[in-house]
Amino acid sequence: MSRQSNRTTDSKKMNSELFTLTYGALVTQLCKDYENDEEVNKQLDKMGYNIGVRLIEDFLARSSIGRCQDFRETADVIAKVAFKMYLGITPSVTNWSPAGDEFSLILENNPLVDFVELPDNHSTLIYSNLLCGVLRGALEMVQMAVDVRFAQDTLRGDNVTEIRMKFIKRIEENLPAGDD
Amino acid sequence: MADESLFDFLHMEIVSHVYKEQQNSKGEMDNKDRAVCVSVLESMGFRVGQGLIERLTRDSPSFKDELDVMKFVCKDFWTKVFRRQVDNLRTNHQGTYVLQDNKFSLLTQLSSGKQYLDQAPKYLAFSCGIVRGALSNLGMDSVVTAEVSVMPSCKFQVVIQKL
Repeated sequence: MSRQSNRTTDSKKMNSELFTLTYGALVTQLCKDYENDEEVNKQLDKMGYNIGVRLIEDFLARSSIGRCQDFRETADVIAKVAFKMYLGITPSVTNWSPAGDEFSLILENNPLVDFVELPDNHSTLIYSNLLCGVLRGALEMVQMAVDVRFAQDTLRGDNVTEIRMKFIKRIEENLPAGDD
Repeated sequence: MADESLFDFLHMEIVSHVYKEQQNSKGEMDNKDRAVCVSVLESMGFRVGQGLIERLTRDSPSFKDELDVMKFVCKDFWTKVFRRQVDNLRTNHQGTYVLQDNKFSLLTQLSSGKQYLDQAPKYLAFSCGIVRGALSNLGMDSVVTAEVSVMPSCKFQVVIQKL
């Protein structure tokens, strides 16, 4: 019995390594292709966005979560369901703005950065910026325009990793042209 | 622990990105451009394969011989990376091996059958690199290519380079 579970955990861990190693290879390649960190950050965000707009369907299909009533519910779903499902971690939701349109996700540990160190000449690289794009793309598909950015990053010396999410506006669904 | 689907999503986006970038700088793609894309993807896979095999074989004893290594790749390594074992391993006992996976995990989402057959090589380059990287860290230099005739079945050909 225990042998069986060991294999499953190992298999999940190995897949985790496949993902984190692939992500590392991607960032390395982008650093080679683009002159500066700013451009790499932009590419990671763009690629994250492309992933996010497809990931949301996978998420909705597997989680059977209904429509969120407000931004607070959205925050909880992101932290407790989505992050748990895809990255196996549950960030805490904190630092709500008084208007309730901005909050932080605090990640104690970030699976993307296992075994990663930023070299000195890449101090402005936002290594995990793909995540910002993913969140932005996924939420856009459920009619929410948001701004997502890293406020703190353990790779750059901070104690925790903090992702700041701000609600911009509701995106009106584009209805097809009617008969009028 | 990262979910399996994350790798699938990331891999597809990486392939898309590499081809888009190559296209943008040229306007249209010729065979040379396609070769560049395949090469970029393959070398990314190579680094990943090296890393993966290192962690997988950290505590294992060394292998008896070349065939032993290939069997390990077909069973343990393939299971960990591609979520199943290789279905068929053939060799001419002279350094060439053919690994057949009838339901290759990176192809199952594309289609089954003949549709998109010409797109398949794009999605195999990275995996070829993974295999080559793994073998490299096990002390075997190789050339790895992949061939698809009916998706999602795939044959990887490994030719060990003798020094």
